[in-house]
Amino acid sequence: MSRHFLAICLLATLLGGALPALAQDADAPIQTLLQEHGEAIAESSRRTIGPAIDALTDSGLPAAQRVLERWQAKEMWRNEETGLFVFAEEIDRDTLRIFDVAGEAEIGVVPDDGYDQLKPNSGIRGMIGAALVRFQLTDPDPAVRATALEAIGRDPEAAHLNTLRKALADEPDAALAERMARQERLLTIQYGESEAERIEAIEHFAGDLGVDVRAALNPLIATRLEVAETVPEGPEVARVLEPGSEALSREAAHALLVDEGLSAPPLSRDRKRDVLVANIEGGMVGGIEVASLSTDAARDTAYAALVAQGVAQPAATEQEIDAALDAHVFFERYIGAPPAVAAAAAAVLTGIENSVMVNQAADLVLDAISLGSIYFLAAIGLAITFGVMGVINMAHGEFIMMGAYTGFVVQQFVPDHTVSILLAIPLAFAVTFAAGVAMERLVIRWLYHRPLETLLATFGVSIALQQLAKNIFGTQARPLTAPGWLDGSLVFNDIVSISYIRIAIFVLALLFLAVFLLVMNRTRLGLEVRAVTQNPAMAGSMGINPDRINMLTFGFGSGIAGIAGVAIGLYAKVTSEMGSDYIVQSFMTVVVGGVGNIWGTLLGAGMIGGLQKMIEWLNPSNTLAAQTYMILFIILFIQFRPRGIIALKGRAAEA
Amino acid sequence: MSDIALSPGTRRPLVARYPALAVFMIVLALFTIGVTILSEGFGIGVISTSFVKTLGKTLCLCLVALAMDLVWGYCGILSLGHMAFFGIGGYAIGMWLMYARTEIIVTESLAAAPLPPTPQEISDGIAAQIFGVVGASEFPPIWAVAHSLPLQLLAAVLVPGLIALVFGWLAFRSRVTGVYLSILTQAMTLALALYLFQNDSGLRGNNGLSGLQNLPGLDHVAQSTVSLWFFWASALALALGYLLCTWIVSGKFGSVIRAIRDDEARVRFLGYPVEAYKLFVFTVTAVIAAIGGVLYYPQAGIVNPAEIAPIASIYLAVWVAIGGRGRLYGAVIGAALVSLLSTWFTGGQAPDIDLGFYTIRWVDWWTIALGLSFVAVTLFAPKGIGGLVDLVTERKSPQRHGADLGPDPGALREKEADE
Repeated sequence: MSRHFLAICLLATLLGGALPALAQDADAPIQTLLQEHGEAIAESSRRTIGPAIDALTDSGLPAAQRVLERWQAKEMWRNEETGLFVFAEEIDRDTLRIFDVAGEAEIGVVPDDGYDQLKPNSGIRGMIGAALVRFQLTDPDPAVRATALEAIGRDPEAAHLNTLRKALADEPDAALAERMARQERLLTIQYGESEAERIEAIEHFAGDLGVDVRAALNPLIATRLEVAETVPEGPEVARVLEPGSEALSREAAHALLVDEGLSAPPLSRDRKRDVLVANIEGGMVGGIEVASLSTDAARDTAYAALVAQGVAQPAATEQEIDAALDAHVFFERYIGAPPAVAAAAAAVLTGIENSVMVNQAADLVLDAISLGSIYFLAAIGLAITFGVMGVINMAHGEFIMMGAYTGFVVQQFVPDHTVSILLAIPLAFAVTFAAGVAMERLVIRWLYHRPLETLLATFGVSIALQQLAKNIFGTQARPLTAPGWLDGSLVFNDIVSISYIRIAIFVLALLFLAVFLLVMNRTRLGLEVRAVTQNPAMAGSMGINPDRINMLTFGFGSGIAGIAGVAIGLYAKVTSEMGSDYIVQSFMTVVVGGVGNIWGTLLGAGMIGGLQKMIEWLNPSNTLAAQTYMILFIILFIQFRPRGIIALKGRAAEA
Repeated sequence: MSDIALSPGTRRPLVARYPALAVFMIVLALFTIGVTILSEGFGIGVISTSFVKTLGKTLCLCLVALAMDLVWGYCGILSLGHMAFFGIGGYAIGMWLMYARTEIIVTESLAAAPLPPTPQEISDGIAAQIFGVVGASEFPPIWAVAHSLPLQLLAAVLVPGLIALVFGWLAFRSRVTGVYLSILTQAMTLALALYLFQNDSGLRGNNGLSGLQNLPGLDHVAQSTVSLWFFWASALALALGYLLCTWIVSGKFGSVIRAIRDDEARVRFLGYPVEAYKLFVFTVTAVIAAIGGVLYYPQAGIVNPAEIAPIASIYLAVWVAIGGRGRLYGAVIGAALVSLLSTWFTGGQAPDIDLGFYTIRWVDWWTIALGLSFVAVTLFAPKGIGGLVDLVTERKSPQRHGADLGPDPGALREKEADE
């Protein structure tokens, strides 16, 4: 029958006439239910709406969720005449397109004169939202249930607790049930009815590192500083504080006394000046000329005179302040929760803090290893050119930069990040290898016996390359995007985590170490390199071409710098100055580790990375200070071990 | 000639032994007089005040280049930290300039207050003015003597001197030499710059100290006049510095430090306290550099940590190398030429070169040209521009009989030993 009606309606609409909106199912169960609570719903008062929402929620009607949603979205209207509820969309200011609450069939387009919009206020919308969560929590789709659970976690409300408990009883998915149970306990901590229930929930979280647990527990142990003659008995006193201790300074304690009216305020310089200014009479204050009040002593005298005249309030002297402080006790009172709950929360929190410390230490170690591997990566090319060949290459940082820009350029042509990175690594090696060989041929080979001039000449190359990069790529930072599988981090728990890029850099560092060892110790090239480094003339007479070997070695070191550049570019932004950020640290790494020994470089990088992270941990706000102290430490370290951690001995040291 | 050098009693005067000294002094004096006549402040106004300042600053850079030449060209210590000492000098004078100027402003503003200000109130007012930008309002201990010009000037000399002394003592004592020492000095410079970059260093973080061109209490004096005062002071300092350096490198002391440059171990075996010599040169040059900074930064108007960054010290080495190290006038020529050219090219005044398909804009390409020309100088003209003087005076290379005279063919050891 309704279908017929609909057909007629449709026809009427097509003909261009707007029919009065009567074509709806007035007897549908949901409409009936709404009518039962019609007045409460229309009135929209927070006090009386509860039963109506509960009735809808508990009705078990499939349409109830839609009604709640659209009601919350202010899309439900009520016919003034019949009192029937409809869903409606506003077409323009005066016309509505209305739908049946049961089944959401379109009824027609009507003028809005005969309809009242239901406008639930934010309080009621919150209640509806809480009721809706129940539907979402029992939704057949696990993804919807999980989303609803997250919504509760973001914005917990007392009303969620019962909903959650009901949903928990029926949850089929074990993993989701576990998350629900956890959320239920978190809600119990905050909104549980009995203290025993809350304490039980609190104690269940002992040793849990979740940020949400700490967020739930911390408000419970909130305290207020209070003062009294004697410490009140009872569990609500969290602790007694001694004025002048670290937790409560003398000034703060006295300020509290002043606030409570238990002591006179101390005479601050500003207040003294204000009182004196207020009492200037004919160029005199308290019998002293204004012009002479340019010292504190003179002002004190004038103020004392004012006090004697009874114009000014006597200030608390030090003795009086001491006496007042001695006469009172200061203590903190729990205000966040009943004392028993607060005490339980405090005990659990202490346990959690301890394990947080342990985990933070673990995280710090991971950070240190990661920073160390970045330093190692930046320094390993230098370990070859400087450590093995003894060539100071100030343009090493610019080779790193060149590698990173190579990666950037490749990504402009190859959109797939995985392919582009795999392509960029050999390409970066090729580019910087070529640059290194060119530099060795053109500049360095003329200067092998003048290390200081090598330093200067390569510095000239360095500033030229840096400016060249600026001219080509501009001054803004260029992104080098990591492939998708390197996004995110390996999470051990809420505190200990490490991003996959850092792991990749660590792996790459290890790989480089292996390649270096392999090339130097297991190949013909490595053998010849070692021979040429020790004694070029002797090596030459053995049929090795020292020129060629030097060229290849330098190219090899530069090429590795290029690959390091790709890795560092993934982790930091690519700029023309990125090389100079690493150059001093890289040299430090090689020098601290011990020139000519790759294991030394590894140790040096580890030590510098570890120390820097440790100093940062001691003074977290200030990475600049950490770097400063790091460098000072290195300067001192070189005093005690001038040849680095692992010093070469014997004939190799002379080379 | 060598017998004369060995017998002090029959020594000729310094000027006679070093004709370059006389030439330099005359050129400097003529230059100073010329600039004064052409200036806006006291002359016919051909040279703008800002260019007078640029020239004055260049003279200060020449002074620090002299120091660099002494420590590197003569003593063989490639220090990459002398611009840090230069910067510390600037900070020291900047602290007084800023304090004194702010004091005048604060005193004026407090004069309107109903009560005459106490010293404490003035001090608080100054601190709030100076440190407002870094969110602090109290004087850090480092500003303890900022109110006094003589004490602050003393600090400008003592602080870099002490840093150089301690650092040098640590480094030379443990026999850190050559490139290692260079890297170590560079690290020291970097540490200092990073320290100053912090907001809680007490020196206004990366804002640095600014407004230094305004001399406290001398607001009524035009900048055209002030610029000339500083120009004269810089010229005088350069003249005295040149004299001092010439005196140091002459005589036995000079021979010893040149010997240290050429073969440190041999000098040590001969019984000379090599470390003490090096330490002396390092410290004295640090002080000279700091004096250069004291005169430079009031002309520049601002000093900030970026000025101390290692790159500045490396540029200093570049100037000296291009000018020709191991000869004092070389350092002066290099510093003056390169810094003035840099100002010209990076200031956008140099005409762009249109190649048809590409326009070379010097602002972008000057640094590249400088870097490459520096490589070229190192490779092909180790004597630098100063080497051209040899062509004029027909000073031939010393007869080395084919022997390599040590690691540094750029310097003329035998000739120098003769002098």
